Amino acid sequence: MNFTGLHDFLAMGGYAAYVWPAYAVFLAVLIADSLAPTVRRRQVLRDLRAQLARQAARHARKGATIPGSAPHPSAPPPRSA
Amino acid sequence: MTHWIPLWLHRLSSPPTFYRFAGAVWPWAMGLALLTGIIGLYGALVLAPPDYQQSDAYRIIFIHVPSAWMSMFIYAVMGVASFVALVWRIKLAEVVAMQSAPIGAAFTFITLVTGSLWGKPMWGTWWTWDARLTSELVLLFLYLGVIGLYHAFEDRRQGARAAGFLAIIGIINVPIVHFSVNWWNTLHQGSTINVFGASKIAADMLWPLLVLTLATKLYYIASLCRRARTDLLALEGSKDWVRTLAAREAAP
Repeated sequence: MNFTGLHDFLAMGGYAAYVWPAYAVFLAVLIADSLAPTVRRRQVLRDLRAQLARQAARHARKGATIPGSAPHPSAPPPRSA
Repeated sequence: MTHWIPLWLHRLSSPPTFYRFAGAVWPWAMGLALLTGIIGLYGALVLAPPDYQQSDAYRIIFIHVPSAWMSMFIYAVMGVASFVALVWRIKLAEVVAMQSAPIGAAFTFITLVTGSLWGKPMWGTWWTWDARLTSELVLLFLYLGVIGLYHAFEDRRQGARAAGFLAIIGIINVPIVHFSVNWWNTLHQGSTINVFGASKIAADMLWPLLVLTLATKLYYIASLCRRARTDLLALEGSKDWVRTLAAREAAP
């Protein structure tokens, strides 16, 4: 073991003011980087679900004004037997 | 697609397949990154002996050097992925290139800050316009330029192509960073680790450095997988597979 105790370890041979901030920056930046995709994923899925809900509502409104499922105007006429 | 590209690679480049693949890979990569990271940090801070000249201040090397390697490695990945994206128009290559940029910028930032914190007690200055330091700062600006250009376009795929072009031009800076300590008379020390030949470091200082290098590589894989998955969801929002997934995740 290179250090005599916790106090000696934390002192880092008198360079504590440089060594510990360096390790803190390393860990802080990587933690921030690993949180970013989680936050963005939640946001993307929320936006997507809102969009899907709006589309579903629009379909429901259309269904109310035009009853039944009328065939599309461009659809070919049913073949007579 | 040309015939010499293996079929599995072609399949993997399909967004839903890659989404599942990356979802299976990242927990393992992150778990191993944490494991190797903890072992490496313990070796770096506790087990490695103090340096005969720099005492305990040299312990910054254990995070400074792996981060610096990652800053260049990720840039190379981004450059190659951008090239593939520009030539073959593969959507996944654009995603890999653009999602690598923030991770690379993070490692470049760590390199500059830890280097500065090491420079103050050893060189007597936080910063000097030395060739190595300046070229690493240029690397950070290249990353930020790529990220900025990507977000400057309304159409994300157009943005990825423009930013990819900048990434390819900027790749010239990677060998400049690497060889700067040989080409110019710099304050920054030369390479400690040599792939071809003997390294100038004791074994009990070398292993934590190599283990932490592995940890940063694994972390990059995990972070890239997670960022790429999220980005694919955003890019493919109009596709059925994403809509099914969004509806399924809303259920609970």
